[in-house]
Amino acid sequence: MELNDFVHTTGQWLLGAGTNANIVMSSRIRLARNLVKRPLPNKARKKDLQDVMEMVQAAMKAIDYFKNSLFIKINDLDNVDKQFLIERHLMSHEHAANPEGKALVVSKEEVLSVMINEEDHLRLQVMKPGFDLDETWKIADTIDDTLAQKLDFAYSLQWGYLTACPTNTGTAMRGSVMLHLPALVMTKQISKVLNAISKLNFASRGFYGEGTQASGNFYQISNQVSMGHSEQDVISNIHGLICQVIEQEEQARQALILQNRPVLEDKIFRSYGVLRNAHIISSQETVELLSMLRLGIDLGVIKDVTRHAINELFIMIQPAHLQKLEGRKLSSTERDTQRASLIRKKLGG
Amino acid sequence: MMCDICGKKKATVHLTEIVDEQMSEMHLCEECARQKSVQMEQQFGLADLLAGLADFGKPITETEKIDLQCPSCAMTYEEFRKFGRLGCSECYEAFKSYLGTLLKKIHGSNQHLGKTPIRMPQAEKRRIETIQELRSQLMQAIQMEDFEKAAQLRDKIREAEKMEKKEKKKG
Repeated sequence: MELNDFVHTTGQWLLGAGTNANIVMSSRIRLARNLVKRPLPNKARKKDLQDVMEMVQAAMKAIDYFKNSLFIKINDLDNVDKQFLIERHLMSHEHAANPEGKALVVSKEEVLSVMINEEDHLRLQVMKPGFDLDETWKIADTIDDTLAQKLDFAYSLQWGYLTACPTNTGTAMRGSVMLHLPALVMTKQISKVLNAISKLNFASRGFYGEGTQASGNFYQISNQVSMGHSEQDVISNIHGLICQVIEQEEQARQALILQNRPVLEDKIFRSYGVLRNAHIISSQETVELLSMLRLGIDLGVIKDVTRHAINELFIMIQPAHLQKLEGRKLSSTERDTQRASLIRKKLGG
Repeated sequence: MMCDICGKKKATVHLTEIVDEQMSEMHLCEECARQKSVQMEQQFGLADLLAGLADFGKPITETEKIDLQCPSCAMTYEEFRKFGRLGCSECYEAFKSYLGTLLKKIHGSNQHLGKTPIRMPQAEKRRIETIQELRSQLMQAIQMEDFEKAAQLRDKIREAEKMEKKEKKKG
């Protein structure tokens, strides 16, 4: 598989299907693993990184699951390609920033991605559509077991999996769920909800990753603590918490409809109108309008667009995606035109 | 939006902090953000926010200097304190006494309760199996209210755990 094969497709996690798909975009499990005694990426020399990369690659070559995967060295990529992979949620900014000795593995349909030599030797990520952390964990767990048959992972009886940063030590697992919460934002309850979440030792961040502000009313909620609880316990804790947030969002949506249905519908149809007709549009405006359109689909107000199409647009309207689609570098102004044209095409405007 | 610190450059790093139910936001340009955190790369990581817990980032002269070095990768504890990242898996053993406390501060616990690798270095595996076996026997003994046997088993577990520590020191 090659990088350019991804340009006209999107990951399975954007399907817009699965449990609570109206509110939950996707579920994700991330595991950090390190090889015994090998210097960790921050301490490693070029040769050390190379060795780790080759060991991991050799192990993966012997595993059927990785047969049709994409394996790329970050050093071989230009800036647009790197940005493209970041925009797809397949790798981090950090991974792209210092490309020496780093690699990325992506499975078919982008269910699994593995960053090699990011902060840890391996960072596995499994993403599935909808609210299904159990299934997501099962996949991650199995892949981890398969890799552990070929690689010696650093592990201690007392402290579990040993990671570069002590904030990940233990299970070295983060479970996260991407939620679309427009009604909690519109009813100004969101900060109350986020507050409660942080008190319970969970973190929330925006759609576009660590350090970003929530945009498009998306919030990614994940566990902070990785020691003292089993993976299953952590997952069931997140599950319980997310169920409550979903409940709150459902209530807020009902309240909005009851209070002022015409105003809400007006907002949704105006968003639809602008998206179908604009010829120049910024990414910020797009994301806000797409959020309204997605809400319209969830509420049954908009019937001729699928959730899948909207989810895909959230990814495809980003700068590197537009440039890959167009096959050339685009200035910021050109991108705004290109973005509007892509949206019109997708929405049949 | 301009940077909250220098007020000159565009803010590209947005930090939301919640302290005592008060949410405060900070918008920084990359340069000021980098200055604000030694560890700053492209964005703030959780580790950087937690760094204060271990006195990372504080000038070394201000705190007691700890003279420890990992025999495997040569990382010193002071280096770890400064950057918040360990050099290799053996660092955990080398800095054990300090890391135990740090892990407890971060996670509220310093005992792993999750999965174990399917295939472990043989010695480690045997040790774990022995201890786990003894632990389950201990639970049984307690349930049967056979406290004499439970006491013996507890001693055996302590012995096995001590052995583990010794072997690790050697290795």
